[in-house]
Amino acid sequence: MDRRDSLKTLLIGGIGATGLTIGVAGCKEGGQPVVDTEINKGLYGRTASEKEHDARIKANGPFFSESDLSLIAVLCDLILPATATAGSATDAEVPAFIDFIVQDLPYHQIPIQGGLMWLNGESNKRFNKIFESCTDSQQKQILDDIAFPSTEKTAQYDAGRKFFGRFRNLVLTGYYTTKMGIDDVGYVGNRANLWDGVPDDVLDKHGLSYDKSMEGKYVNHDTRNTQAEWDEKGNLIT
Amino acid sequence: MQIKENTDQYDAIIVGSGAGGGMAANILANNGLKVAIVEAGGYFDPKDPKTMTQMKWPWESPRRGASTNRAFGDFDMSWGDWEVDGEPYTKKKGTDFRWWRSRMLGGRTNHWGRISLRFGPKDFKHKDVDGLGENWPISYEEVKPFYDRLDKMIGIAGTNEGLPNDPDGFFLPPPKPRLHELYYTKGARKSGIPVIPARISILTKRINKDRGVCFYCGQCNRSCNAYADFSSGSCLIFPAMKSGQIDLYTDCMVKNVTTDSEGKATGVSYINKEDMMEYEMKAKVVVLGASACSSARILLNSKSKQHPNGLGNSSDHVGRYLHDSTGSGLSGFIPALMDRKKYNEDGTGALHVYSPWWGDNKKLDFARGYHIEMWGGLGMPAYGFGGQATQMNEYIGKQVGGYGDSLREDVKRFYGSTIGIVGRGESIAMYDNRCEIDPDQVDRFGIPILRFDYKWSDQERNQAKHMVDTFEEIIHNMGGTVMGEKPGKENDFGLLAPGQIIHEVGTTRMGNDPKTSVTNKYQQLHDAKNVFIVDAGPFTSQADKNCTWTILALSMRTSEYIVDQLKKQNI
Repeated sequence: MDRRDSLKTLLIGGIGATGLTIGVAGCKEGGQPVVDTEINKGLYGRTASEKEHDARIKANGPFFSESDLSLIAVLCDLILPATATAGSATDAEVPAFIDFIVQDLPYHQIPIQGGLMWLNGESNKRFNKIFESCTDSQQKQILDDIAFPSTEKTAQYDAGRKFFGRFRNLVLTGYYTTKMGIDDVGYVGNRANLWDGVPDDVLDKHGLSYDKSMEGKYVNHDTRNTQAEWDEKGNLIT
Repeated sequence: MQIKENTDQYDAIIVGSGAGGGMAANILANNGLKVAIVEAGGYFDPKDPKTMTQMKWPWESPRRGASTNRAFGDFDMSWGDWEVDGEPYTKKKGTDFRWWRSRMLGGRTNHWGRISLRFGPKDFKHKDVDGLGENWPISYEEVKPFYDRLDKMIGIAGTNEGLPNDPDGFFLPPPKPRLHELYYTKGARKSGIPVIPARISILTKRINKDRGVCFYCGQCNRSCNAYADFSSGSCLIFPAMKSGQIDLYTDCMVKNVTTDSEGKATGVSYINKEDMMEYEMKAKVVVLGASACSSARILLNSKSKQHPNGLGNSSDHVGRYLHDSTGSGLSGFIPALMDRKKYNEDGTGALHVYSPWWGDNKKLDFARGYHIEMWGGLGMPAYGFGGQATQMNEYIGKQVGGYGDSLREDVKRFYGSTIGIVGRGESIAMYDNRCEIDPDQVDRFGIPILRFDYKWSDQERNQAKHMVDTFEEIIHNMGGTVMGEKPGKENDFGLLAPGQIIHEVGTTRMGNDPKTSVTNKYQQLHDAKNVFIVDAGPFTSQADKNCTWTILALSMRTSEYIVDQLKKQNI
């Protein structure tokens, strides 16, 4: 196939694909998006090289050993245990996220692996057991020494503290980027809606209001689908 | 390697499909010209579910949106960033220039901030005001009709304010400010800084049948599948393709402009990334819209007997006067925004208010100004979320650190209580700040690459100092605390490296004198009258605005000039 033919095919392919998708990801009257979730399932808009990157990590299997993963799970749930209304970090599959992210961002690997070793070393020293076999109160005794800023008295735990700061951040990110975490923190966006300003009760609480001079100038959603027209001075007349 | 000839003869070849190239394609095709668009990246349509990231949840990415593969995160709609595989660039010693390249149809317009600020009368003649830099060969009055048409054609929300250097236009109604924006408004006005509705190319109201209206997901950086924000592909190129006048060549990397024995352009030479073969394509007119630096590179790589110093470079000005916007910023913690009631405040994907430049430079130790942008609110969590959660206790005199239920409470308490305030300002275009061909290196297509040589001056450093002092005051006015160290002299007051604001302009500047400029006032090469540049290369100076709206207006003006000149057989 010569260049022109191959190009024409490519173009037709491209345009054809576009035409096809209008049906599934098109726009209803009013600009409301309709996204066919079946088609999008498992996709998050990756390019070919990005898909390869993800596939490579997946093919590797778990990075951490079984015992490390088991310790990670214990630590995850000490950091974010379940509450009356929300699941724990392991309920949100945070250990699997941590196993992925250390392969995706390899600079996390040694600090996390080393930190887990540090933790077991510390529990062996104190209680003659690995961290996972310690009682809840023994585990918390160690965490209390590494979960807060360094002081003169506790400087010997700085290595553990460094590890815990990093690990806690990964747990928080891993948890609050799941549906469970998003529901817990109360984010209610990422859906089609008509933004019409801060709710009145919130404005009142903060002692704020919208400028009187802007009255009638902000978006009026009732006329959002009316074609915009202006007079010659730039005043919107529709 | 044998160079293959593409036998189609076009009226115009347009190199690049971003703001400048998209507008040129739209105007030329709708005026009946046969057009080829040659884009170095792949085909992209914001509607295509295979590539779409809009409305995705963080958990749909196994890395939760981290920036491993895309510098601005997994969901940002830019293929290519500070680094592009196989296409390096180099820097001279002492230079830290960053160059963002999107390799996709629509280019960087797919992910940009949509802040669309017209230049004002002063911006075109700033040398008259302070004696620095150079005046443009055109005035605001000459560009105004094109800005006016652009507002109606593409759509822009905002308000007419009657400001002298931030001209009125034809605006769609602006969205109401969000809570942090109301706080910002109050805080800034307390210091006498004006705050007005942002001017953003987002459709808050219908402008035509081809495009939808904003549905307030706050994700313009992911490129809108309803075409409710301005992206070059969805708003300019796709509608123009209905004319049947456009052939689209994606994944084709232009190497150089070809010229004849009289020095006139005959077309372009390009590498097709699919078969890695080189092709030549012919046209009456070549329109470069590859981005300021890429177009300069193409010209510098177009050496011939007639143009021994590169095409359009008899003045040795191609690549010179490269300048980016200045940028610095601060983050603040606002106690009044703790323990917020939760509601959906995604709003548009851009800011809803901003501060145009208000200062009087006669009383300041720097020339030119900056505008202020801000961010904040109850945003969608992504990689990095929660990182500050326990640290924030420091600002309210509580114990930092912890785990368990107290940690969970911290995350919820502080969610939405931070604000970022950033300045985007005008730097002075300098002869010595430039990109040039690196004599030692080629990219993977065998094309000589660019080397950057760029240093800020005290003008920009003093401006950055003014920014952070101002932002600190605003944060205090909001009852807040600056988070982290306020940048000082030792780190240039937080002044970002040139290129980082991604407003690079000036490499093929326009002027009346062919000895000190590359193009005339129609963005036409002084040295070859059938070559035009429609990206930000011809900007004589950047303003304290953003460049996109002016790229579009000038590309419209140049494209109509091309149609006229072809009709008159002048080119």
